Amino acid sequence: MSDYRVLPGPEHFLPPAAASMGIRLPNPGEAHINGVITSEEKAYEEAARQFLMAKVPTIFPGPLVLWAWNEKAAKKATAIRHLFNTLNECVQPGQKPMLIPMPDYRPKYPKINPEVEINPNHPNLTIWHNKIDCCMFIGVHCHQANLSLKIIRGGTSCYTIAMCAQAGHEDAMLSFRDASVDKIMRLADTIKRLKGTVKPRLSAKTGASN
Amino acid sequence: MSKERIQISEALYDIMPSDYQDLVKSATYGKEDRGWKDIGTSKELIEQHSLCAGCPESMAFRYILASLPNPEDTVMVGSTGCTSLVFPMVAVHNIHSLFGNQNAIASGLKRALSVRFPGRVKDVVVLAGDGATVDIGLDMTLQAWFRQEKFTTICFDNELYANTGGQESGLMQKGFVAKMAPVGKLFDKVRLPEIARESGCHYVVNCTVSKPSLVEKVIRNAVHIAREIGPTYLQLYTPCILEIGKNSMEGLQEMRDSEKPAERFAYKEYVSEPAKQLLAELAAKDKERKAAAKQLAAQAQAN
Repeated sequence: MSDYRVLPGPEHFLPPAAASMGIRLPNPGEAHINGVITSEEKAYEEAARQFLMAKVPTIFPGPLVLWAWNEKAAKKATAIRHLFNTLNECVQPGQKPMLIPMPDYRPKYPKINPEVEINPNHPNLTIWHNKIDCCMFIGVHCHQANLSLKIIRGGTSCYTIAMCAQAGHEDAMLSFRDASVDKIMRLADTIKRLKGTVKPRLSAKTGASN
Repeated sequence: MSKERIQISEALYDIMPSDYQDLVKSATYGKEDRGWKDIGTSKELIEQHSLCAGCPESMAFRYILASLPNPEDTVMVGSTGCTSLVFPMVAVHNIHSLFGNQNAIASGLKRALSVRFPGRVKDVVVLAGDGATVDIGLDMTLQAWFRQEKFTTICFDNELYANTGGQESGLMQKGFVAKMAPVGKLFDKVRLPEIARESGCHYVVNCTVSKPSLVEKVIRNAVHIAREIGPTYLQLYTPCILEIGKNSMEGLQEMRDSEKPAERFAYKEYVSEPAKQLLAELAAKDKERKAAAKQLAAQAQAN
């Protein structure tokens, strides 16, 4: 097993792909935390803890859920809204949850408005601008998510979570696989359960300070 | 892509940036009579761009995107140049190809789309500068025409390599001195419209983009002919105001001056016999459709 761990950055300008460092993807029913395979149960707890600790916990829904391609996408969108509302209810004063869309992958350089959207080709701009210290990708196609997660790890200190509908992401610090409405709801339930038990790091450095 | 599928998930509608909401609410996808007159009353398929102020290429882009007959089922293929600064802001599927490779990419794409979506109209439109079309990509351009590939090639002719500082291109006029071509061009402008005709293009137009209604007409004709019959080629003069020493406000006049009779961009059109027949059929259908709509409107008013 690899000694390499997928940790918050800034790692450096060109961080290695975690896969090239020996990090492997979880099997069905598993997840990974920092590149170490673990049970989904542990991953829910850790993801919820990271969200509740963060100063600006943020969900980045991608095109697969923002656009109503089919009924499943629309249901996932509703679950994501529920997750965000739950997060809003469970954080303490001083924490500022955000829900920022990634509507498509066009490299809108340099016209990105980091206040209202994130772009996979320069996700660091949105993270820096909003001082995001924990984020979750959901509904982003694999190749764009991998690209973004690597850029974020390279240039920011943001903690990344991937709620992946396929096999997971090595380049996230925590990754679920086979994302479904149930899994999103379960994460929301875990956040609710841990409400008040996690101390927010309000004075710690954020994604913008690196 | 059906227009009905371009919908935002209701639960996340409020967080979508307004340009996407506007595209869904008031863009002209699926509108039968879309054209340049929609500009200003509906959401354009081009968001802000990063071209220079007053750039005629930006005007051309807006007219072309407003005139495509089937934007939701169109894929545009671009190449390196000023146009590649605009494509990221365009709400039509597009591919950036290697410099000069655009007609080869479009050939494969058009064939793949016909296999993947049989019985569905999918248009492919190449949009590249004169360097990509005539110099570096001439082989790919000509071979696509020889093979009778069914797509439209649009060349934004600014008569030099603009975004690399003004080098000489094949379409530069003889004697022209540019910043990075100080001796002046020694040879004539390549007569690509004539070459296109001889190479098998069924519709060839050489003009400027000073008149939006004309651009609309030629774009629609070119796309329809390419869809049904074979390759089409449009050479549009989009002068680079910076490289020819003009100000932002002078691009339009430059185009007007260049389209006068006997000037190099005087309107020239070639239509093959099968294409003429197709255009006549389309015009007849259009007339019929408009008459029926008028009758329906009159009936509704009477009731």
